[in-house]
Amino acid sequence: MSLNIDTVRGIAHLARLAVDEAELETHALTLSRCLNLLAEINAVDTTDVTEMAHPLDLAQRLRPDEVTETDVSAACLAQAPAAENGLFLVPKVIE
Amino acid sequence: MHSLSVAEMAEALAQGQCTSEELTEAFLERIAQFDGALNSLVTVEPERALAQAREADARRRRSAAGPLTGVPMIHKDIFLTAGQRTTCGSRMLGDFVPPFDATIVARCAAAGLVTLGKANMDEFAMGSSNETSHFGPVRNPWDPARVPGGSSGGSAAAVAARLAPLATGSDTGGSIRQPAALCGITGLKPTYGRVSRYGMIAFASSLDQAGVFGRDAQDCALLLEAMAGFDPRDSTSVDRPVPHYAGSLNHPLSGLRIGIPAEFFGAGLDPAVGEAVEAALEVFETLGATLHPVHLPNLGLSVPTYYTLAPAEASSNLSRFDGVRYGHRCEHPANLEDLYKRSRGEGFGAEVKRRIMIGTYVLSAGYYDAYYLKAQRCRRLITEDFRRVFETVDVLAGPTAPEVAFRLGEKTDDPVKMYLSDINTIAVNLAGLPGLSLPAGFVENLPVGLQLIGPHFEEGRLLNMAHQYQRETDWHRRHPTAFA
Repeated sequence: MSLNIDTVRGIAHLARLAVDEAELETHALTLSRCLNLLAEINAVDTTDVTEMAHPLDLAQRLRPDEVTETDVSAACLAQAPAAENGLFLVPKVIE
Repeated sequence: MHSLSVAEMAEALAQGQCTSEELTEAFLERIAQFDGALNSLVTVEPERALAQAREADARRRRSAAGPLTGVPMIHKDIFLTAGQRTTCGSRMLGDFVPPFDATIVARCAAAGLVTLGKANMDEFAMGSSNETSHFGPVRNPWDPARVPGGSSGGSAAAVAARLAPLATGSDTGGSIRQPAALCGITGLKPTYGRVSRYGMIAFASSLDQAGVFGRDAQDCALLLEAMAGFDPRDSTSVDRPVPHYAGSLNHPLSGLRIGIPAEFFGAGLDPAVGEAVEAALEVFETLGATLHPVHLPNLGLSVPTYYTLAPAEASSNLSRFDGVRYGHRCEHPANLEDLYKRSRGEGFGAEVKRRIMIGTYVLSAGYYDAYYLKAQRCRRLITEDFRRVFETVDVLAGPTAPEVAFRLGEKTDDPVKMYLSDINTIAVNLAGLPGLSLPAGFVENLPVGLQLIGPHFEEGRLLNMAHQYQRETDWHRRHPTAFA
């Protein structure tokens, strides 16, 4: 497995990560090395093996549908890089 | 005072031989004196700690103190502390002040424990050497040219240098046990679900588990008991009573069957570490336990399996850092996409970006089956190996890490080399089992860790074994001479 820089650029876009053009080559090399390590599992026969998503086979717990949270919007908005009138501010989305 | 065990400290507080304020001052002085050389803490607020100590003393005067009231500790900076900066070792959260406490932070506070500060760590707990922290590497108190292990390297180094008697940590692939081993202290990763993950910043949610560091098993037992238990705020928390861990430390080990997986003693193991571990196992034999060779045939798959699943989960968990609601935001974003990309590109360090990209790749269309689902099947094979061996033995033992602490910079150029240093610990996370590392000797004045692994929810058995071993040995009482 060897990634080229176009693939790396594509992955970075999917992950919404700005990556320096000058670093794409290095990323391609190290990511390829990592993926070669991961590819070792391809040699294993896993016919009839069920996927395991979670270490304990538990059912999702349910609880009564009651209001448990208080209004913490002020505390949350206080953390925002930009907020106004109780809203998070982002660059204009709709022209 | 800093050389007392937690049990001794609690006794001194109960007898009125010292106050929590005096204890807290003593540890804050040690932090001021020594942490410049270690960089084990990223946030220390003496006034905040002293206020908690005075409250603990007042509580004692009201006869409302619990067994740990007034004992100082450190929290890994992955646990949210209301009103106190929580960075997760990242520029992304460099000035993030959480509006609420993690459940375990709240439980420790309810027990009257005093928070001295927040421990340095690998960024978002992604690392095995504490070199990925935005706040600089932590140094190993036994040799400052070497790493303390990771990702809970700050917690482990601080306890080893006796800057605090106790610390919390988190363990996704060995992040408590490996630094405990490399720093010569005792560390326990409980069963998945035993300790609440609420307010612990998520890395890989099906693997992450909070745990404890102490100098010995008794100290770990006391802290675990204060932290563990059901939490309705964590959907994976298990509703099951918490045993009195400190009460079962003295059970005799006669008849205990210890399985020795051959795979832990393979080619990558430093022979000197292997010898120390063999000697430790002989101590258990003299205590009446029996040793049984066993096999975990799929253990070799654990590194590629883990480094597929953990980045996959991380890429999803870390998508919450968007530069909009909290955390780092880039300057002058041109549009929303630019805001996301540059905020994340600037806020995350190289290793975190690498894992997000690996995770994104293995989850992407066309690769999901070949990587992600395949790894989930391998996870089942690895887990089944453990289930099978626990039909014939009570516990497993082997080296926590294949070598002693390595030098700073030794593995930073090669992520694969770094990932392989987790070979003995990560299968335990994949299976959700409890694992404990305890000091078991030295190689060239650097600590060696012995790992004990138990069936689900058998933390008490591991602590019992470690305590019995520590009654026969004094490795856990040794301390780095530069931090006398």
